[in-house]
Amino acid sequence: MNIQISRRDALLGSGALIVSFALADSLTGAHAQGAAKPLALTEVDSFLAIDKTGKVTVYSGKVDLGTGVTTALRQIVAEELDVPLSRIELITGDTLLTPDQGTTWASVTIQVGGMQLRQAAAAARQALLAEAARKLGTDNLTVADGVVMAGGRKKVTYGELIGGKSFAIKLDPKQPVKEKSPKDYKVVGKPIPRVDIPAKVTGRFTYMQDFRVPGMLHGRVVRPPAIGAKLEKVDESAIKKIPGVVRVVREGNFLGVIAITEWDAIRGANALKATWSKSETLPDQAKLWEHVRASKVAKEEEYGKTGNTAEAMAKDGVKIIKATYDFPINTHGSIGPSCAVAEFKDGVLTSWSASQATHALRKQLAQMFALPVEKVRCIYIEGSGCYGRNGHEDAAADAALLAKTVGTPIRVQWSRADEHGWDPKGPPTLMDMRAGMDAQGNVTAWEGDFYMPQQTPGGFLVPLVAATLAGMPAADHIAPGNVFQNAAIGYKFPNTRSVCKRLETTPFRPSWIRTPGRMQNTYANECFMDELAAAANTDPLEFRRKYIDDKRGLELLDRLAALAKWEKRPSPLKNADGAVAKGRGVSYVKYELVRTYIGAVAEVEVDRRTGVIRVPKFTLVHDCGQIINPDGLKNQIEGNVIQTTSRTLIEELKFDRSQVTSLDWASYPILKFPQVPDIVIELIDRPNEKPWGAGEPSAAVIPSAISNAVFDATGVRLRSVPYTPAKVLAAMHAT
Amino acid sequence: MAKKPLTVNGKRVAVTYDDPQMPLLYVLRDDLGLHGPRFGCGLGQCGACTVHIDGAAVRSCVTPLSTVDVSKKIVTLEGLGSPEKPHPVQKAFIDEQAAQCGYCINGMIMESAAFLAKNRKPTEAAIKDALANNLCRCGTHARIVRAVKRASARV
Repeated sequence: MNIQISRRDALLGSGALIVSFALADSLTGAHAQGAAKPLALTEVDSFLAIDKTGKVTVYSGKVDLGTGVTTALRQIVAEELDVPLSRIELITGDTLLTPDQGTTWASVTIQVGGMQLRQAAAAARQALLAEAARKLGTDNLTVADGVVMAGGRKKVTYGELIGGKSFAIKLDPKQPVKEKSPKDYKVVGKPIPRVDIPAKVTGRFTYMQDFRVPGMLHGRVVRPPAIGAKLEKVDESAIKKIPGVVRVVREGNFLGVIAITEWDAIRGANALKATWSKSETLPDQAKLWEHVRASKVAKEEEYGKTGNTAEAMAKDGVKIIKATYDFPINTHGSIGPSCAVAEFKDGVLTSWSASQATHALRKQLAQMFALPVEKVRCIYIEGSGCYGRNGHEDAAADAALLAKTVGTPIRVQWSRADEHGWDPKGPPTLMDMRAGMDAQGNVTAWEGDFYMPQQTPGGFLVPLVAATLAGMPAADHIAPGNVFQNAAIGYKFPNTRSVCKRLETTPFRPSWIRTPGRMQNTYANECFMDELAAAANTDPLEFRRKYIDDKRGLELLDRLAALAKWEKRPSPLKNADGAVAKGRGVSYVKYELVRTYIGAVAEVEVDRRTGVIRVPKFTLVHDCGQIINPDGLKNQIEGNVIQTTSRTLIEELKFDRSQVTSLDWASYPILKFPQVPDIVIELIDRPNEKPWGAGEPSAAVIPSAISNAVFDATGVRLRSVPYTPAKVLAAMHAT
Repeated sequence: MAKKPLTVNGKRVAVTYDDPQMPLLYVLRDDLGLHGPRFGCGLGQCGACTVHIDGAAVRSCVTPLSTVDVSKKIVTLEGLGSPEKPHPVQKAFIDEQAAQCGYCINGMIMESAAFLAKNRKPTEAAIKDALANNLCRCGTHARIVRAVKRASARV
């Protein structure tokens, strides 16, 4: 495999394409050139370029949503190429420059995106070594820091070998290139400090919210006071006094204000008097679960079917156990509201945003403005933590619509109320569980019905608010792909059946929030598993072990029991008395039945008088195969534990018949420092296995571990999230 | 348009404005181009906008420009330290890798630097109480507390 020189050499060699995305001018320059950098997943050049100085530019379609994963991606490439980490520049999520590796979601950035980079780097290294062998006249070569050496004396650098030329090597997933042996790893598996943190803690980092382009004006959107309301009248008289306001933009039901300064845009939006029609499209929140149960089922999907559950449950002597669980509507709650900048210039729309899916957003924006997709460029700039499809794409559409109307670059940053009120939501999920148990306490049948929004064709594009309000072309559907995952269980019962009832409608635009569907489904499964263990009067961890036939899963549970000093006994504690009841609960899952293993033990304290639950400690064991960066991994697990404890104990979107009413942090509180649990984590590293995802899996086991611990402490089963003091007291009084 | 001098990160700067009620945050971010203080809620609920005014941690998103003048020493995250010469609290956040997205970290550092200046060797519970009105959505709390503890030995 020789290094070939292609017609792209001049382009790549010029350095014009290898620009920092923080520099708007350079970007515009590169774009104006209209050069076609390879983007296909089957080309090494799509992922990598090495210039004459030996600097490695990595192009990743997967982005950093605030998880620090781009440090891990750098480690993967540095390891495979044998170059220092400091010599790697990473460009992410730019539709003109980075390959479409799919949306950054579902805990696959390392598992899929990282492995594509590893293959590209391995192929590049192989080619570089072949060329070095030719140049140095021997194939007895070693590589260190991007320098190829023959016997310690003759050497040649990567920069000299490839220096700005393209690799022109094809990648074929069916014939993977041989990668470095994990026993030779020096960078992968090490807790390398994150490259972004020094800038972030000193105010030198440029977030999306900090990004500016020359000539830019500020836009602010004025959302309707009710979902579906029509804009009837706009009175601009009050904003005439504000000197910086440039104009009001009205497109159908889309209303926005443009101003020279951000503050004047905000003042203008607040001062504008708009009259809207009345609209009441939302169900009565007090009857949300009746509403969900009564929603039309568009499709029933069956997962994990074995045997015949109906027959098994009808058998004589089989005890039927039932329970219903619900998980409420959540908002993403990014600390920084969504933000975007857009510019229309020479028929091309350039959109800067913190979208987790720039390639998909590009298609949506092209559709919205009836542009060929080539005339839209979406560029990722890291924003506030994202946790799934929040408002970034909608802010991008707002900015684009305003920029198109006004003709100058426009920046839009949402208000807190915009963010809480208008980001798409984690949909309400309802779960009915049933099981049959024989006289010996063996589970003979298991059934679950999971009510969740349907996955519409395409399945992953949430309609853009601005397009809907302005009546512009849009794929008009609800979307939640993949939320069925983890409905099926991994336990080996003789008869099992999980049914996802995919609902035709759901109250808000449904989206994905960290561990979407998988967390809600695992919540029901793992709580119900605990209910069965209690019915069988068996230790809940031992009860799970009995039905697992997977070596890695069993090892994980054994290590969890040891780490948490698990006392083998059935729940609940019988002697529980006193003002504060203490208990422990376990939960376990193999993510999507095919990847990351995670087990957790929650320790809780329930104040019998106030109904307040405290979670002083979580203990977890995590096996995601090969670990790239153990400290980054721990950071993700800690985040999952804390964020999901917050969702379990506190969070619930509030709404009236017209709109969201929990529009700030007082009405939608999240966990604060004094309530945060201590977290003890054991990582199982398996360098010779594939690396699996870790951004989500540990969230899946948190709600059930807490619920099970509350049962252990009090004998009371909590099945409706969030576990507010009122619900806890009501449940305790009911028993 | 009116003009007003301010003292920001040790330098005297002149800012122009037409609304004296404009929060200080917009002066710092939009007029002075600072990236440390960030907009989070505009309501003083999350702490992302925190700056020091005469050493006290203040929510700049609800501090009208009219309430500050050149005699007040305004310090932002940039003024606290740099990547080359970080403040002990910033250094501790780097050492503990105490960030995920990092958007809230400005507030965490500014709040804890002001707290540590007055509270030597605080307990873990005291640190958590001091940060109780600073929100983090990524769940970085455990690391932040460790970082503040580590910094408390150095401040």
